[in-house]
Amino acid sequence: MALDNANFLVVEDSPTMRQLISFSLKRFKNARILEAVDGVDALKKLSGPDKIDLILTDINMPVMDGLKLVSLVRQNAQLKNIPIIIITTEGAEEDRERGLALGANAYISKPIQSSHLIKTISELLAV
Amino acid sequence: MLTEENRRIAQRFKEVEEENKDFANRYIEVEEQNNNLANLYVASYQLHSTLDFREVIQIVQEIVINLIGAESFAILLLDEKTNELKTIASEGEDVMPGIEALSTRLGDGILGSVAKTGESYYINQDLEDGGKVTLDKPLAAVPLKIKEHVIGLVVIYKLLQQKDSFSAVDYELFSLLAAHAATAIFSSKLYSQSERKLNTIQSFLDLLTTTS
Repeated sequence: MALDNANFLVVEDSPTMRQLISFSLKRFKNARILEAVDGVDALKKLSGPDKIDLILTDINMPVMDGLKLVSLVRQNAQLKNIPIIIITTEGAEEDRERGLALGANAYISKPIQSSHLIKTISELLAV
Repeated sequence: MLTEENRRIAQRFKEVEEENKDFANRYIEVEEQNNNLANLYVASYQLHSTLDFREVIQIVQEIVINLIGAESFAILLLDEKTNELKTIASEGEDVMPGIEALSTRLGDGILGSVAKTGESYYINQDLEDGGKVTLDKPLAAVPLKIKEHVIGLVVIYKLLQQKDSFSAVDYELFSLLAAHAATAIFSSKLYSQSERKLNTIQSFLDLLTTTS
């Protein structure tokens, strides 16, 4: 997967964080950024016409949390290979292990460093 | 002759290596600055995107959690009639019970003096008793001020588990965010007050027109 022209889905209930993550993603040339406010909204966007190359999701969200979203994406035959990055305030080691065990590819604790996020995405999309 | 040349090349190699290290360090600094500028841009954009008081407070809370990395904190506003600082929003009450109902007079204790002097407080400035955090002695207290006029405080009691301490750039970022938060809170408060007054006057006018 090339780093340019990638489609990202940012799943986050906080508008401030959504904007901050989207702002960082603009470093990728021609990046297209879709936003969702919770897991249910994300699943709707994922079943839409846009092919998503990478999902960035928070954990604590109303309606459907990020862990449930990760689990559902991994069980879906069409979506299961999309790389997922969890971005969360939950910094405990057991939270990280739980997120990765459910199928997330990377786990980033807030407050995020833009350079760290870009590096992680680059590594995942370069595979 | 050859040894002299080797020595010169080795010396130059060492110099270039030092320069590279210097460039790498500067790159990290620039990256950090970029990150902070992005944070500040997004935070100020969000803070000034609404005139709804509750929404502004919600945005300040999001910023303190997500950008500063606080787990337990309170936002206090100053009542200028009574000179009292009172909690108007808080997060992490389980970590520091009582922060949801903080109340202190201007000039009293650490919180009161931060509001009075307009100078930020960080616990690492004062390690006499091992830096123990209490309701009256937080990890940090930053004034919400418009120029020299303090309207309240953001008081932090605990950082997120993954954040050990404030970094050097945090202090600057925190103060800049607090300045933006102060103007956003102040404007939204004025706006809601004027809306209320307008509604009252409108109702009064309606009453006059219907009775006449």
